[in-house]
Amino acid sequence: MSADRHPVYDVAVIGGGVVGCAVLRELSRYELKLLLLEKASDLAEGISKGNSGVIHAGFNVPTRSLKARTNVAGLKLVYELAETLGVPHRKTGKLVVALADEDRRRLEELKSQGDRSGVAGLEIVDEAAIRRLEPLARARWALYSSHTGIISPYEFTIALAECAAQNGAEVRLEAGVEAVAFEGGLFRLSTPQGTFAARRVVNSAGLFADEVARLAGIDAYRVFPCRGEYLITDKDCGLRLGMPVYPVPPRDDPGLGIHVTPTLEGNIILGPSAEPIEDKFDAASTRPVMARLKAEAGRLMPGLDRVSYIHSYTGIRPKLVDPRGGDTFADFVVEESPRRPGWVNLVGIESPGLTAAPALAEMVVAMLGVRLDLRLKPEFNPERPVRRRFAALDDDKRSRRVAGNADWGEMVCRCEHVTRAEVVEALRNPFGARTLDAVKRRTRCGMGRCQGGFCTPRLVEILQDEGVPVEKISKRGSDSRLFTGRIKGGT
Amino acid sequence: MSAAIPRQSCDVAVIGGGPAGLAAALGARRAGASKVLLVEREKALGGILNQCVHDGFGLFLYKETISGPEYAERLIEDVVKEPIRVETGAMVLDLSAERVLRINSRAGYRLVEAGAVVLAMGCRERTRDQIEIPGTRPAGVLTAGSAQNLVNLQNLRIGREAVILGSGDIGLIMARRLAFEGIAVKGVFEILPWVSGLERNVRQCLLDFGIPLELRSTVVEIRGRDRVESVVVAEVDEKLAPVAGTERIIPCDTLLLSVGLIPENELARRAGVELSPLTGGAVVDETLMTSTPGVFSCGNVLHIHDVADWASFEGFAAGERAARYAAGERGGGETVSVSAASNVRYALPQRVSRGLAGVEWSFRVRRPVRDAVVEVKGRTSGRVYARRKFPRLLPSELQKIKVGPAVEEDLEVVSP
Repeated sequence: MSADRHPVYDVAVIGGGVVGCAVLRELSRYELKLLLLEKASDLAEGISKGNSGVIHAGFNVPTRSLKARTNVAGLKLVYELAETLGVPHRKTGKLVVALADEDRRRLEELKSQGDRSGVAGLEIVDEAAIRRLEPLARARWALYSSHTGIISPYEFTIALAECAAQNGAEVRLEAGVEAVAFEGGLFRLSTPQGTFAARRVVNSAGLFADEVARLAGIDAYRVFPCRGEYLITDKDCGLRLGMPVYPVPPRDDPGLGIHVTPTLEGNIILGPSAEPIEDKFDAASTRPVMARLKAEAGRLMPGLDRVSYIHSYTGIRPKLVDPRGGDTFADFVVEESPRRPGWVNLVGIESPGLTAAPALAEMVVAMLGVRLDLRLKPEFNPERPVRRRFAALDDDKRSRRVAGNADWGEMVCRCEHVTRAEVVEALRNPFGARTLDAVKRRTRCGMGRCQGGFCTPRLVEILQDEGVPVEKISKRGSDSRLFTGRIKGGT
Repeated sequence: MSAAIPRQSCDVAVIGGGPAGLAAALGARRAGASKVLLVEREKALGGILNQCVHDGFGLFLYKETISGPEYAERLIEDVVKEPIRVETGAMVLDLSAERVLRINSRAGYRLVEAGAVVLAMGCRERTRDQIEIPGTRPAGVLTAGSAQNLVNLQNLRIGREAVILGSGDIGLIMARRLAFEGIAVKGVFEILPWVSGLERNVRQCLLDFGIPLELRSTVVEIRGRDRVESVVVAEVDEKLAPVAGTERIIPCDTLLLSVGLIPENELARRAGVELSPLTGGAVVDETLMTSTPGVFSCGNVLHIHDVADWASFEGFAAGERAARYAAGERGGGETVSVSAASNVRYALPQRVSRGLAGVEWSFRVRRPVRDAVVEVKGRTSGRVYARRKFPRLLPSELQKIKVGPAVEEDLEVVSP
């Protein structure tokens, strides 16, 4: 047991998704020794990267549910946090459109549900108003939500963790919890990185929260994986979508229905489907769904059959009810286990979890506060080191950057205009995430239309310059290695 | 705009230092331009030629066959003899219709005003997602050109067992390259009933190495969580849709894609250049000038070439015309439009000055044909301006047809 090498942590958070990272940051306000354990090679590798990136207003979930309460509370917090942490985001507004006559009534229902939950800025609008709000959308009636927005979910997650790390929290990657023991009032968490002792544990392991709870002897949950496939267009596809456009949520769909969402860079995201699957790792895209995404999204916004798609991805929702059954709604579970006092489980945090995350974090801290002595840290810094993208700078700033450090003059990614300076900075992140996907999420290298065709060979050189041996260069850790060695001269 | 940013000027700015751009810089000098700037984003001149270590270049330009790096070297030797300002590791980030370039390099960020501009940025490869291959997203899926860079320039072993989708030239060349290095190539799969690459490459890269080629078949799924574990291939029907029941699982750890090249025209778009949906490149006149005055285009950024020599010939011509434009020469006058019809996929140039004689067109066909008569005809009059018999026409080959008489009307290039 190597626990003695490490200090005893006041709180260990399991899972580096948006919820875990929001909890970590919220806890980092206090005089606490904190640790976050993430199984993957980077943060936001699970549900937090595979979603629509929408900041939800909160009208889609039943009033008084925990989902509704944390969503409505989280909405304001997400905007504030994104501002404080310098995470790109935009309050775009959103339309839920009625495609059939009977949908009009559903719009009224959604609006009154939202009104009851305290969602501001909801309005039923007619065809003329729809055209004015979003010229690409087609419908007779729509519910317009003025406070809905978009955010990069993985950048938000990483920013939360960076802020926490700056305030003293430790983050360990490739440190999935494999066993849990209890000794002397401490939880001992065994990972491939060693065993860590903590007084309190927050289980925000997403899709695997049920399995992690079971390791602690809490056999109370079952997560049903429900896959959602997405397609993403070229940002120069000729269509400029201003705001997310959703259909009225189909009754037989365990999600919100296939919708279209703009990204901050100008791509359009189509999806997601909702398909129950057996294997939590089965992130495959499928031919029939890819065709369905275009067909259904095309009903919301014509022209999508002619544009070019640059990428597909999937996200897997952690459902608490079997999507094959009759019930489609289950609330978030946030509770301290009566069996294991000091162990808090967050289970079934699907949509609107991204928006709710900061509110869920406050809730978790309040729960832990009952047993923990929470003293505010006077030196807590709510921000994080702000990074500017070269592509977003004006001529004058670009010129000065390059004059100060020639790495700003070396273009690595031709599609997204990313410089060597940004890549090197990304590789030196405080968590030690040094995969191609980690660089991609931090810089956009490889997210453009060549999909890494040109920048991968250059990234491979820079990774080696930064001390990563060729055999260790990987797409996203574990066995996703790019190379089996050298062609000539050594293996 | 701040005064702090350096502003420079030149007569002709050539963007891209590959086979077309090197030739364009030389062409500009030969036509008398005194200040020629050649901008290359890689650290060395030569473009994709540098990673093409195989033989087969130079047959038309140098009348002998040499490797890509040797071909590049010959052009580079000529370039460095000239007072051409070469900037490598420098990328043009923006080009305005007024021919102001924004260039970034380790030497600094600056603006350059050019009397004329030659676009020679080349092309990029189609990716997995553009052809929408379903499945997982593991490591080990890469385009043939990226693989060529990693293997030939970085000495890296990209896997142990590979499948190649698409029969483009780079895919065929890479099949042989991997076989040389002991990486098993389990097959090349092509969705069309014919090969996209040159016949000589099929012979020299596949047949000679016993690598199987399957036409009318494609990869319908990629499997594997972290690294590719297998691909599923299937036959396709006449509409190119996979035929159920023909699926076959091929274990492999690498999938190379050679499924098409796309002219890289982001800068052209920024400069307001009209692009052709048929070529993916600019619409040009007989001087290779685009719809944006003073902006010329050549090589693979204009249309995809089958051999590098033709990209260089186009480069010489574009450079020369750009120099003449920078010196004040203006064509002007009326133009006729040229379109492609029936089996001709495209014909280039798409615009020609009315009354001009002796114009030559490059064209490609959609499907292979034997004993084909290609004609250049008046679109309304039906008058035949040129007629040439070809024993065989292949989609993989760029062909030429020349018109003797002066053109007086809109034309179309037709082949059965």
